[in-house]
Amino acid sequence: MTASGAALGPLADPAYGHGPLSLGDTPPERLRGQLHTMLRIRMAEQHLALMRRDGLIGGPVHLGAGQEAVAVGVSQWLRGTDRVFGGHRSHSHLIALGGSLHGLFAEVLGKDTGLSRGMGGSMHLWDQPRGFYGSVPIVAGTVPLAVGAALAARMQSTGDVAVAYFGDGAVEEGVVQESLNLARMLKAPVLFVVENNLFSSHMHISLRQPSNATVRFAQAHDIRAELVDGNDVVAVQGAAERLVGHARRGEGPGFLEAVTYRWYGHVDWRDDVDVGVNRSIADLENWRARDPIGRLAAALKAAGEWSDGRHEAATMEIRGEIDQAWQQAVADPYPAPEALLDRVYAARRAARP
Amino acid sequence: MSSATNYNYGTAILAAFEYLLGRYPEVFVIGQGLWSPWYVGNSMTALDRKFGVERIIDTPVSEAACTGAAVGAALAGMRPIVVHPRIDFMLYAMDAVVNQAAKWSHMVGGQAHPGLTVRAIINRGGEQGAQHSQALHAWFAHVPGLRVVMPATVADARDLLIASVLSPDPVVYIDDRWLYDQTDDLPPIVELDLADVRPKVLREGDDLTLASAGHSTRIALDAAIRLAEQDVRAEVVDLRVLNPMNLDVVIESVRRTGRLLAVDGGWRTCGLAGEVIARVSEAIAPREWRAAPKRLTLPDAPAPTSRVLESIYYPGVPQAVAIACELVS
Repeated sequence: MTASGAALGPLADPAYGHGPLSLGDTPPERLRGQLHTMLRIRMAEQHLALMRRDGLIGGPVHLGAGQEAVAVGVSQWLRGTDRVFGGHRSHSHLIALGGSLHGLFAEVLGKDTGLSRGMGGSMHLWDQPRGFYGSVPIVAGTVPLAVGAALAARMQSTGDVAVAYFGDGAVEEGVVQESLNLARMLKAPVLFVVENNLFSSHMHISLRQPSNATVRFAQAHDIRAELVDGNDVVAVQGAAERLVGHARRGEGPGFLEAVTYRWYGHVDWRDDVDVGVNRSIADLENWRARDPIGRLAAALKAAGEWSDGRHEAATMEIRGEIDQAWQQAVADPYPAPEALLDRVYAARRAARP
Repeated sequence: MSSATNYNYGTAILAAFEYLLGRYPEVFVIGQGLWSPWYVGNSMTALDRKFGVERIIDTPVSEAACTGAAVGAALAGMRPIVVHPRIDFMLYAMDAVVNQAAKWSHMVGGQAHPGLTVRAIINRGGEQGAQHSQALHAWFAHVPGLRVVMPATVADARDLLIASVLSPDPVVYIDDRWLYDQTDDLPPIVELDLADVRPKVLREGDDLTLASAGHSTRIALDAAIRLAEQDVRAEVVDLRVLNPMNLDVVIESVRRTGRLLAVDGGWRTCGLAGEVIARVSEAIAPREWRAAPKRLTLPDAPAPTSRVLESIYYPGVPQAVAIACELVS
């Protein structure tokens, strides 16, 4: 790896990796489960995109379609008592842990039945009983929180790990560098997962950093790191298994850079090829061909472990779940007016002037 | 009071740390300078040796990450205390405090609460200048979701630190190095619920009300003694908790005295003194006032270094006495 320029090499090339995945010795049953979860994430986000476009969702939705393999590959090695933190684009992180589509949809609609009881919307998701401690839209805001939750796990001797999902933009924040150093010095059992989709909002990484490989920051802080094709769920889970195991054994933090691409623009349903700097229709089409779902499905089919019929059945099943979850969420109640003041403090009384 | 123990303000804080660390395994302390306690006066002496460096964590230079880590640890069931030996440096940690800790409960529908305590120390004077001098309590009191504690007395230095750490909510506990020499005999510790703590009348009087917090309460008490020599009976109300703010005790006092001087060691504009006057004015009809309320604050300027300018900069007892005399004349 060089200290400057396009250090990611072919991983960042839109024309790279269009063919079926190499499945190696990954058990087919696990891969079918992962394919199902990726489809569930993809279709839920496509549904949100349409509902947002049609004005049925009032607030912004930051969609991660195209990036599903990262969360699914990492979550393979997580358990319910682990501590996962995300950012503004975290639907996939939540659903990959088995999160409820109804809970997500109700939250996006601001309903009292939502995962955050209607107080957070798409950008502030919470599902701690499944290990999803929370996501917030301040870029890099939860990265030190994950370090602290990992430190707590070590103090509590639970063997749990924390995961911080963030993007290539977040590594430009000072607090990420502080967090990497602190985690390393305290040997906190935390996995830093950079979903490097090459863009921060509208800006391509080449306009923001002298190298497009964020893994260099792990090397600077002496943290064990791996760099993978984030659209290859086999590669992601292989690296994640090693790094989660490293952290769980008390050997210190890990850093996983997964190179990927988001199909939608920064926020909502548009492509953003008109507002993005270095984001072209041609690139987008190439990246859509490096589809983490399509590549896995093709490889499974070639191995005789998947078929068009099974794909259609899975799609139908998820379609039914989405329709039912959405209808229920639409019918659910909004928070009572008292929620405005009663949820500011934990104490029995509300904060009132 | 056979069971009373003599403390100064610093050792009272130390006693609170020892009580919390000895009794609650989920309490730990993180920040800079904790293994070299000259950073924090006599308030944390030998904690690392007594409770171990795994629980008394001296850190790299990283206010933002340490404070954020404490938020995350709190969400995971711990009761962290972050120490910022100077509140000025804590500004690096504002995202963790204001965006994350303060809002977390509300953002997630009251389902999780980061119960951390941020201990921030005001350490000024001695020609240290603009970045070693600030009193930013009013900023934090402006933010819903934070509890802001400013102990003025030896008893509160101990008991409100314990209450802060036991509170399920994020707390900013602000102590002041100018108070560390005060002494008092304290009874054994009784755990308080921070949500129940209200302003307290430290000295009774019916000519005017002095309302203040932290070191300004020391000024108010000393001013009240001087005023008594001039036959002016000043009531001193120590605010203790600035957020959520409950001024019922102050309002009740001003109803009797009809006069209010708010004393504050922060800046004037959008400051604590202005907020106190506004709230009391909203609660008390104009005809009940015997004089228009006044405030004594820092001038709206950064702290200077030169001792001549520094002596002008910090308001003290003479200024408080002079304004009080204007109010009663």
